[in-house]
Amino acid sequence: MTTTSETGTPETRNSGTATPGTATPGSAAPGSATPGSGTAGDDRLTGAAAAAAIALGDDALVLSHRLGEWAGHAPVLEEDVALANIALDLLGQARTLLSLAGDEDELAYLREERDFRNIQLVEQPNGDFAHTIARQLYFSTWQELLHDRLARGDVPESAPFAPLAAKAVKEVAYHRDHAEQWTLRLGDGTAESRERMQRGLDALWRFTGELFQPVDGLGVDPSSLEADWLARIAAVLDRATLSVPEGPRRNGWTAGAGRQGLHTEPFGRMLAEMQHLHRSHPGASW
Amino acid sequence: MVTAAPTPLEDRLRELAGSVPDPELPMLTLDELGVLRGVRLLGPGRVEVELTPTYTGCPAIGTMAADIERVLHDDGVPEVTVRTVLSPPWTTDAISSEGRRKLAESGIAPPRPTRDGGPPGAAASDGPVPVELAVRCPQCGSTATSLLSRFSSTACKALRRCESCREPFDHFKEL
Repeated sequence: MTTTSETGTPETRNSGTATPGTATPGSAAPGSATPGSGTAGDDRLTGAAAAAAIALGDDALVLSHRLGEWAGHAPVLEEDVALANIALDLLGQARTLLSLAGDEDELAYLREERDFRNIQLVEQPNGDFAHTIARQLYFSTWQELLHDRLARGDVPESAPFAPLAAKAVKEVAYHRDHAEQWTLRLGDGTAESRERMQRGLDALWRFTGELFQPVDGLGVDPSSLEADWLARIAAVLDRATLSVPEGPRRNGWTAGAGRQGLHTEPFGRMLAEMQHLHRSHPGASW
Repeated sequence: MVTAAPTPLEDRLRELAGSVPDPELPMLTLDELGVLRGVRLLGPGRVEVELTPTYTGCPAIGTMAADIERVLHDDGVPEVTVRTVLSPPWTTDAISSEGRRKLAESGIAPPRPTRDGGPPGAAASDGPVPVELAVRCPQCGSTATSLLSRFSSTACKALRRCESCREPFDHFKEL
């Protein structure tokens, strides 16, 4: 097939071209630095821009995988379909972003845990449905603000991300709306649903500070989104009769090293499952 | 990008590529869906086609590309390259009126017009779905319909039910 695309097409490759474990994102972006990988690397990002593409791509990829774990397990069929659809959108975003920096399959399936640059929020296990909705609310509210900003493309550094952001912001707005509707239903529902929703929000709160850490090469400082994010979350939780969690969002006891390659314990197990097939059968297709 | 006016051959090849049916909504052609962005002759026997996905993760794009290649190969073009472009983002406003008619005829409520004129990302403040406008039942035409699920058989559809004839139906949601 002669298709080439921004989202890339898997190419045959040598099974031995595993990502260097010490890769500094960007400067040694796997794929772009792999000779003979077979893909045209001419329009790929390098340096800090590639690192930024990998950071955002990893966020989308990892959350997509987590949401995919709900397939067949959601409380109702409609939510099975909803979470899988959201996962599909995120996977499309991940493929586009990772392809900006290198070979999407090598990046997704052949990097070690320490090479992933996603924030720790997205790698957190699903928990119960309310826990997943809390994670969705925190992340999609942030993602919508970020993509809205990136879509403007008014900063030269963020220009490579503008086409995807303009597209993704519309999808993400729908994800955020889905999370909000469920937050309202669960929060303003039964005593049980309310307690579980609050528990999910509280448990994930300490992972939200990391959303606003700087990302080199992005052209947009995520910390500029924080006040808006807090106001939106507070407004939704207020309508849902829930409380904005208390407790630290950034200090020694909070999360916040995912962008530096440090991840929480459940992430390794998730990666093992996600990468197992590709590593066991390199280059397999169906 | 070459901005020269398309040649008659390019027009013909575009018509050919545009006539390929959508793999998930086979009642629509790619042209009616509004995902075909351009067909260019790069040289003798070399054609480049630009295609835009409906949703970023739309799994049908690979099949669309393969179908376009096949149709153009069959027409005698030896080298076909299908490129995916994201900008400007696809919107349901790109679905032609003929496409909307075919959707409704097949029991899928066509998308309503989006709030055009807004800046990109206006959804961030306005909400993504103008749920206050009625969606008409494609079976009986009633406007008394309700949302069953925000997501349905594909990423681009929502599931609704008609309160008049009680039939469930897919709604191509606005994007």
